[in-house]
Amino acid sequence: MAAPAQGDGVGERVVGRAAAERVDVPHALRQAGVTAALAFALFLPLIGFQTVQNIRNELVLETRWSLLFWMVAIAGISRLVYDLVIAPWRARRAAARPRASTTAAGVWRRRLMPFAIGFLLVYPAVAIYGAGWTGATKWIDNFGIQILIYVMLGWGLNIVVGLAGLLDLGYVAFYAVGAYSYALLAKNFGFSFWILLPLAGILSSFWGIILGFPVLRLRGDYLAIVTLAFGEIIRLVLVNWVDLTNGYAGISGIPRPTFFGIPFTANDDGFAARFGLEFTPVYRTLFLYYLILALALLTAFVTVRLRRLPVGRAWEALREDEIACRSLGINTTNTKLTAFSIGAMFGGFAGSFFAARQGFISPESFTFLESATIVAIVVLGGMGSQIGVAIAAIVMVGGVEIMRELDFLKYVFGQDFDPTQYRMLIFGFAMVLVMIWRPRGLISTREPSVFLKERKAIASDLVGQGHG
Amino acid sequence: MSAAPILRIEHLTMRFGGLVAVHDLSFEVGGGEITALIGPNGAGKTTVFNCITGFYKPTAGRMALIHGDAAAWDGLDALTQGGARWATQGDGALYLLERMPDYLVTHKARVARTFQNIRLFAGMTVLENLLVAQHNRLMLASGFSFAGIFGIPSFTSAENAAIEKAKTWLERIHLIDRADDPAGDLPYGAQRRLEIARAMCTDPVLLCLDEPAAGLNPRESAELNDLLLTIRNEDRTSILLIEHDMSVVMGISDHIVVLDYGVKISDGTPDHVRNDQKVIAAYLGVEDKDVARVEAEVGL
Repeated sequence: MAAPAQGDGVGERVVGRAAAERVDVPHALRQAGVTAALAFALFLPLIGFQTVQNIRNELVLETRWSLLFWMVAIAGISRLVYDLVIAPWRARRAAARPRASTTAAGVWRRRLMPFAIGFLLVYPAVAIYGAGWTGATKWIDNFGIQILIYVMLGWGLNIVVGLAGLLDLGYVAFYAVGAYSYALLAKNFGFSFWILLPLAGILSSFWGIILGFPVLRLRGDYLAIVTLAFGEIIRLVLVNWVDLTNGYAGISGIPRPTFFGIPFTANDDGFAARFGLEFTPVYRTLFLYYLILALALLTAFVTVRLRRLPVGRAWEALREDEIACRSLGINTTNTKLTAFSIGAMFGGFAGSFFAARQGFISPESFTFLESATIVAIVVLGGMGSQIGVAIAAIVMVGGVEIMRELDFLKYVFGQDFDPTQYRMLIFGFAMVLVMIWRPRGLISTREPSVFLKERKAIASDLVGQGHG
Repeated sequence: MSAAPILRIEHLTMRFGGLVAVHDLSFEVGGGEITALIGPNGAGKTTVFNCITGFYKPTAGRMALIHGDAAAWDGLDALTQGGARWATQGDGALYLLERMPDYLVTHKARVARTFQNIRLFAGMTVLENLLVAQHNRLMLASGFSFAGIFGIPSFTSAENAAIEKAKTWLERIHLIDRADDPAGDLPYGAQRRLEIARAMCTDPVLLCLDEPAAGLNPRESAELNDLLLTIRNEDRTSILLIEHDMSVVMGISDHIVVLDYGVKISDGTPDHVRNDQKVIAAYLGVEDKDVARVEAEVGL
């Protein structure tokens, strides 16, 4: 079978090259002319004329011929450049890349991993070096910790959506359960962070199973709607059960995590004093950064290991074909419930960390928008891909944060320009572009969990999307 | 019939609303034999399969499967009276399939099946497909994942054994060179073979094949015959197959059951069935002038 398949590829390549080498200049000019004419027709009323109020408060028509000319020229020239340069280049590139469903699996991906982890370990030092002790808090907290929380949430949800193929739009509910578990138990009973972290995970995973039971029989859109409703139910309970949760006002004064019993305060028994350092709030931020980094790496480690265990393969098999799974003696009920509960557990870990870091939580932090963001991170990153999800979290969360920093845009667009106002627009635009170029996410190939001779990545068009 | 039965279907009826897909069907599958279930389109063959493998819950009837010693059949009535799904007796065990959900039919009663429209895990490699089939044994070896996370040696050796078993099957179906390719990339005939190998990796006592030769060319059909015969002779696995390809059915079957409109119209050796007037009438119809005579003969 291999030989004819290669033959076809060569044939396509030859045809493609022939088409690519023939750049049709008259055709391109004609196309550019048509484009310019269309642009002129369109822009004439939109740009060519402008109504302004004159000094006597009368509406008068002004013309802007030069602007119109430039706009039409830009449209025509763009089309010409596309036809003469970009289109042949794309055809050449498409022809040079034979269609293949397998590629040598991401060797570079594995080589990249130590560097990525190494960078994450030294990132706070880089931030402190670059921005000084006081400026570093923003970079470590807003970027480092914030992004890592979402990386962890993305990896947790990735188990449910990416591996098991169950679309969960209410993932934030488990994040909320974790956060409120920590907040309430720490405040009311004074348990320490290190006891409550696993406890919050267990409680969340319990709620994952509670959600799992009613949705076992649901597929696709119906599953998505019920999980979405579940997320809203949890949020509404948090809003309305005022006696327990204090409603919209939220819970404040949540005990902050300590360095294994030593608080990060300016007191004599605080962290800085104990270790003979000068007090600065950065220590707490640093500690939180390494804590969330450890939690995120734990999530990644467990997920990678689970994928190679029978349960992980059963998740992926479930995503591919549930009926075939049942015919092989796999208890699909248990398999789905383990996916829900393990995914929820990591959500709970992240939630309790979130509560400990903020010191204040309210239902506002657990709206549907959060669920949507996490699902978007998973889908954008490529379902099932750890690194893809991490990159997507960096782009989505870090991208929004970095918009606040782009002050130089004010010099380009004027002092009134506030880049954060446009972040949702730019963000949505970027997502549309990614989905056009890479409909199955940034890293869409699947790496097999086991191999005999050679680990080959599997093309996304063969891999099922699940959702039921 | 020579062999002792491994599966007894008694008075099986399956109704979907007003439609009676299978009506009062009784037949036996001989242990160590290849039994073929044939009949025109819509006769209810796949419905029978779905009942046996637990995908449908039959409206009425009993489906009993035996493991090991034939003496265990003696306990059938006691098991039916009681509420249990299965009972062990000496070396043997008896299973009432109509009481079991689909995954337990494979897991406990060890009945494996393939599908009319191939259902492989297309995005997983050929090797992974065969490992998923060994899920239950590996799950136990991994301590339900708790011990497996830490990579305990007993799990590693169990996984190596599973890979060895998969390799043996890949060699038997001539797909060892494509072990690391996605299953969805295989040509059609290879996908059919892989699905059979995957079902065999669950260690079944009874293998149910739904049209295994559909879409195969004559050479592939002949290879399939050889594969099924070695499964019967070397793996000692009984086979129940639905098939339209008569070269397969007549070539390898020990016993044929013919269904038409959900009712059994013939049951016996290939020679017996081939010459049965009812079967000929069901498949080919009869000429108009003969209708009355044939109807009288077959007792309609």
